[in-house]
Amino acid sequence: MKVLIVGAGKTLYFLCRSFTAKGYEVAIINRNRQECVQLARQLRALVICGDGSDIAILKQAGAMEADVVLAITPNDQDNLVICQLATVQFGVPRAVALANDPDNTEIFEKLGVSAFSTTHIVGSLIEQRAELEQIMNLLPVGEGRVNVTEIMLDADSPMAGKLMKDIALPENALVAVVIRDKKAIVPRGANDLQAGDRVVLITLPDNHGAVLKTFTGDLR
Amino acid sequence: MKNSLYIVIVGCGRLGSDLANQLSRIGHSVVVIDSEEKTFNDLSSEFSGFRVAGDATQLSVLKQAKLKDADVFFATTHEDNVNLMVAQVARKLFDVPHVLARVFDPRREQVYNQLGIETICPTSVAAEMFLLAVASGQAGEGMSKA
Repeated sequence: MKVLIVGAGKTLYFLCRSFTAKGYEVAIINRNRQECVQLARQLRALVICGDGSDIAILKQAGAMEADVVLAITPNDQDNLVICQLATVQFGVPRAVALANDPDNTEIFEKLGVSAFSTTHIVGSLIEQRAELEQIMNLLPVGEGRVNVTEIMLDADSPMAGKLMKDIALPENALVAVVIRDKKAIVPRGANDLQAGDRVVLITLPDNHGAVLKTFTGDLR
Repeated sequence: MKNSLYIVIVGCGRLGSDLANQLSRIGHSVVVIDSEEKTFNDLSSEFSGFRVAGDATQLSVLKQAKLKDADVFFATTHEDNVNLMVAQVARKLFDVPHVLARVFDPRREQVYNQLGIETICPTSVAAEMFLLAVASGQAGEGMSKA
């Protein structure tokens, strides 16, 4: 997969590092010459210095062959234009923009650009963690219509020791994966849940709270 | 068209303030938005419209300017991407009937014309004028020689 990222700072650096580690081909566009030199030294990536919303620069960075364009600059207007140019001018199949202002998530989507807001994601994560300590991870997908939650089952969990087929989940909820001893299992009816398991749940915002309660018990 | 239009202008630089002054003088209701309050000093005493200090890429600021009631929307900041973003928001989210954005980069202009945003590119306009001057200059020269 070929990924083109426009942005700066630590988020850009660590994102690129994890992408190259996965074997993706990464190209970076950054405005700051000094930062570009640093990035080129530290990463196995093509680094282009310039304005990511300039068509000539995008072309130079290989936008024509990119599978994904990611715009994560601190300026929403730049992120929007970068993604629109990538799609309209270069036919990039997937372009994703960071919306620094959470209100812009919806606007970008209405203008045909996929967007995400770190404020939204981190905000909901913190809320969920503050609510229940066993919840390790929460990821809203499908513009927040679906939640993917990772929880740790403790010995008090009403689900610990039960077989999957005996567990009555509320409607529109799913135990997607069980992680036990660093091994991931996609559970079927004959599998059981044990204390210490990390369970990945798929829920909807409507039933999210209810589903979590059936796993954590009524704690407080 | 109504006699008095409701016009929102983003960017109160040389172009924005000039447009605001002229449009206000001939009787239109004008609102100017700029993130830097001191740019409003360029508005003349003839300007009788409203000033909104804020970043137009934030929805709340555009709402404050009552964009949904606007007949005309001009984006005249010095940043192409700001102009392109707010023009799209005005056209597609607030349904403003007449939207124009200034875009300096001619290549970017072409892409946004494809997306249905009307633009004015000072570079292209100036180039056209220069070429016209050359063409008419040559014609004039030819005639004077004849």
